[in-house]
Amino acid sequence: MRTTARRAVQAVCVLTTASLLAACGAGKERPSEDGTAVGVTDTTIKVGAHFPLTGPAAPGYSEIPSGHQAFYEYVNDAGGVHGRKIEMVVKDDAYNPTNTSAVTNDMILQDEIFAMVAGLGTPTHRAVVQRLNDDGIPDLFVSSGSLQWGDDPKKSPMTFGWQPDYEIEGKIIGKYVKENMPDAKVGLFLQDDDFGEDGEKGARQFLDSQIVDVQKYTPGGSTDFSPQMSSFKSKGVDLVLGFNTPSYTALSQIAAQGVGFKSKWFYSNVGSDPALVGGLLASMTKGKIPAEQGVKLMDGMMTTEYIPGVDAPEDEWVKLWQKVWDNYSKKGDEKLTNYRIYGMSQAYTFVQALQANGKDLTRESIVETLEKEGGSFEGPGLAPFRFSEDSHMGISGTSVVEIKNGASEPLTPVQVTDIGDAPIEEDDSAASDAPPSSGIPE
Amino acid sequence: MERLRSLLRPVTSVPLARHVLVALIALVVAMAVIGSSSQYLQTRYAEMAYFAIAAGGLTLLTGLSGQLSLGHGALMAVGAYAATLVLERAGGETLADVFLALLTAIAVCAVVGVVVGVPAARLHGPYIAGATLTLAVAVPRLANQWEALGGEQGLQVPVPRASELPAWIQDLIWFFTAVEIDQYSFLAYLGWLLLAITFVALANLSRSRVGRRWRAVRDDDVSAELAGIHLGRARVVAFTVSAMCAGLAGGLMAMNVRLTAPGAFTITLSLTLLAAVVLGGLGSLTGALIGAGVLAFLPHFATDLGESLGFSATQAAEVTPVVYGLVLMLVILLAPAGIVGSLRPLLARISSRTSSLGATKEKTP
Amino acid sequence: MQQFLDTTLGGLVLGAVYAAFALALCLIWRSTRIVNFAQAAMAMVTTYIALSLINADVPYWVAFVAALAAGFGLGALIERVIIRPVEGKAELNAVILTLGLFMVLHGLTAITFGVQHRGFPAPVSTNAIEVGDTSIGITPFGILSIVVVAVVMAGLVVLFRFTDLGLRMRASAFNGEVSRLLGVRVGRMLTLGWALAAAVGAVAGMLIAGGDLVNPSFMDPFVIYGFIAAVLGGLDSPLGSVIGGLILGLSLSYVTGYVGEHLAPLVALGILMVVLLVRPSGLFAAAAARRV
Repeated sequence: MRTTARRAVQAVCVLTTASLLAACGAGKERPSEDGTAVGVTDTTIKVGAHFPLTGPAAPGYSEIPSGHQAFYEYVNDAGGVHGRKIEMVVKDDAYNPTNTSAVTNDMILQDEIFAMVAGLGTPTHRAVVQRLNDDGIPDLFVSSGSLQWGDDPKKSPMTFGWQPDYEIEGKIIGKYVKENMPDAKVGLFLQDDDFGEDGEKGARQFLDSQIVDVQKYTPGGSTDFSPQMSSFKSKGVDLVLGFNTPSYTALSQIAAQGVGFKSKWFYSNVGSDPALVGGLLASMTKGKIPAEQGVKLMDGMMTTEYIPGVDAPEDEWVKLWQKVWDNYSKKGDEKLTNYRIYGMSQAYTFVQALQANGKDLTRESIVETLEKEGGSFEGPGLAPFRFSEDSHMGISGTSVVEIKNGASEPLTPVQVTDIGDAPIEEDDSAASDAPPSSGIPE
Repeated sequence: MERLRSLLRPVTSVPLARHVLVALIALVVAMAVIGSSSQYLQTRYAEMAYFAIAAGGLTLLTGLSGQLSLGHGALMAVGAYAATLVLERAGGETLADVFLALLTAIAVCAVVGVVVGVPAARLHGPYIAGATLTLAVAVPRLANQWEALGGEQGLQVPVPRASELPAWIQDLIWFFTAVEIDQYSFLAYLGWLLLAITFVALANLSRSRVGRRWRAVRDDDVSAELAGIHLGRARVVAFTVSAMCAGLAGGLMAMNVRLTAPGAFTITLSLTLLAAVVLGGLGSLTGALIGAGVLAFLPHFATDLGESLGFSATQAAEVTPVVYGLVLMLVILLAPAGIVGSLRPLLARISSRTSSLGATKEKTP
Repeated sequence: MQQFLDTTLGGLVLGAVYAAFALALCLIWRSTRIVNFAQAAMAMVTTYIALSLINADVPYWVAFVAALAAGFGLGALIERVIIRPVEGKAELNAVILTLGLFMVLHGLTAITFGVQHRGFPAPVSTNAIEVGDTSIGITPFGILSIVVVAVVMAGLVVLFRFTDLGLRMRASAFNGEVSRLLGVRVGRMLTLGWALAAAVGAVAGMLIAGGDLVNPSFMDPFVIYGFIAAVLGGLDSPLGSVIGGLILGLSLSYVTGYVGEHLAPLVALGILMVVLLVRPSGLFAAAAARRV
């Protein structure tokens, strides 16, 4: 008897506490959707994104949001877009898809974002695409080159890619290797998810007979790649194509040195930043070696390029990014990097889309604007976007470059193609786009 | 008051009826709270429910039968994958799919529970801790082995849309809360309903002959064996029941997170479950509920606290595990009975003032 | 053949580090009958201390010694303040306590030093050694790791076998009551046991970090692998711990090299279960029967 009473008291205590907690959040009812869209007021637009601010994918990628925020500050200071200032919420998912799901939930329900802009990562963003589309939330310019963001707009009508997808990157790399290194014995070093899979698909269109070994890694798993490099070594691989993130470029280099595996290296754009990888390598290999010498270790590696980077300070776009960064970087942020340029370039496209959309902004209208006008956007990309009603794929081409002294030297002009068996063609037409004098898209 | 008690006595003197009564009251209160909460809080309540189910099973195992498991994260993973695979095949749109998936999760975990429980019954102390910890690390990695389990990036989990729920459920919820049911509140209601059922079952089990055997084994295994209790069998049964709870919790977790991937089932998950049951008090279901509430709500507050202390967002996120760790250490050093165990004497004093009934000290499960 | 040789050499280096770690667990088990699940986190903390020193231009070997000293101090402190109250109490209490300590140290390190991956230097080259035209899969740093572990082991053998202090430590661990009657300050000996163990753990941390990326989770695999290596050797036997470490290191290296990295924990679990169920006192423990 007394136990029951006591237990009822206990249960009620717990639930009272719970209701108090509920009351704390009562002021946060979601606004209704009549008239204005969630996350948009007359003076503000709130967007959000998930990034790996910690964990194995954080080096490099964690700098991207600071590029976004600097460019939005720049635009906000000039009066915003149609009178609205852009605010960006950034959440850390540590490159773990389960965390991505949780922080996206928070951004939708608690922060009430208008749209997801530039959420990063193939395995991570994949976890929330369905959710964003179910809830009708625009999911723009995913920071990943997986095909799934854009190849089926019927399935994911709210999602748009931004960078060249890994399949066309794999195709362009594959064609280059086939034409210039026909005797190379190729080993693939792949992230064990759709990222590696899409890249492999593209490369195999040209290199199927040249590939002698495939090795994979799990992000967040072991950081010792000696076994993988030993396998390359024993199979006689002399050219490695890596579809991996930047830390893993450094780790694969270390492991290769550790087992005495010598080879030419060709890394996908996302894993190839010389400054970052060089710095990581320098800090790991011999101790007190300045980062510049670490950068030297990257000499001779090949990669691709689809936006101008810090190694081209005379480029009009890079001048703009430098100006924005000098004036709007937060205290404590260091110098302009390629990752920050990447973020600013994406932010530029988002502002461009908002401008083109006009004052009446809804979640549907921004999608419609991108489908109708996105294909003709001029921006820092060396090739145009493929946006249309039938495709939400991003930038359509890249050039192949070789890294020398930390800078990239073009090996080919810009080559443009599409997924599947679309032919690869040279097309420099978008490479000469220059930014407007205000630095803000009109 | 006294009259009310005497009126209720026929109900309250039968353990099952008593448990059902308490659970029903609690459930009605929970439903009302959920119905009046924002969608964000509803997701937190849903999370609290599945943590509480897992913690309930763990507290039964550790508190009653005296076996430690640091592998419950792995068992939740098994439940989550089982439920996800069923939902994928079945389409996952209807309520029937949901229950089929959850029942499958429980069944699969029952089998795994026996398989793990048999060797675990022979281990004790640090050995069972190390072995189950290894289990927690090893099992999620199986997802990288078989394509069907989706590898590192995991499997998407289809969840029923509220509009496709049977009309009577929609009406019932509307009748009680005056709010249309949606996907978020549905998962919270479902979680708390299953939580109530699970806790009634566990409370009953622990007061039954089986529960008495477990306690006997925990308190003195030699005497228990002399009294004719089959030690191994008692432990395996406890482990299996506990695994079934973890399976159900894993299935619910999959639906809430909408993704089942190995990255969700870290050592930290297993350790935080342990923190929850130790905090509440080993062996106490109320304690498990409180512990689960802490798991669902603390990260938010701890992160805010960390940020107000001037930490960056990523540093602030680490405040939560520090708190869990401190809880484990302080409870063991200062209050080994946990919150509920420590408050029990206090509550007893309060109720002895309001009631003149005899003070036979009873152990709450 | 080349790959087999490389994998074996890699496994030996890894095994040496597991051995050092298992040795640390074994020291603590012998003195206090506690498995220290916070050992990995303690080693991680001392490694971070060394990294901060190195980044402040302190020479590598000075930082190495500092890590050892920090481990020694941390071990003594933890035994005195946190472990002493649960010594001789229910086994479950010590297990939960050390797990809590693991989480606290982990989180505090992350808050203090940040969670980003940071390069950790090695004192000697981490490039493969070349013999003529072919390179063999071991680096000067790998050889150094094996040598360091061997020196640590030899040091411990000398301490326990040939010194008066070692004798008193063994006596305290073997029978506290009798030792106390004979005038041994048992409490102090137990503290020393923990301190020594933490210093050995710190060595393992430095060896695993060298030439790699570190973050607050980098020692996490050692929570289970170190435990398994120690159990393999019987927890009670220092020599057994070393052999257990080598066996585990080689097994995991072969699994990773020929099957896949993701199966390594599963194989480790298999090894652990077989040992626990077939030969619970470990492969090398004295024959005395003991229930686990």
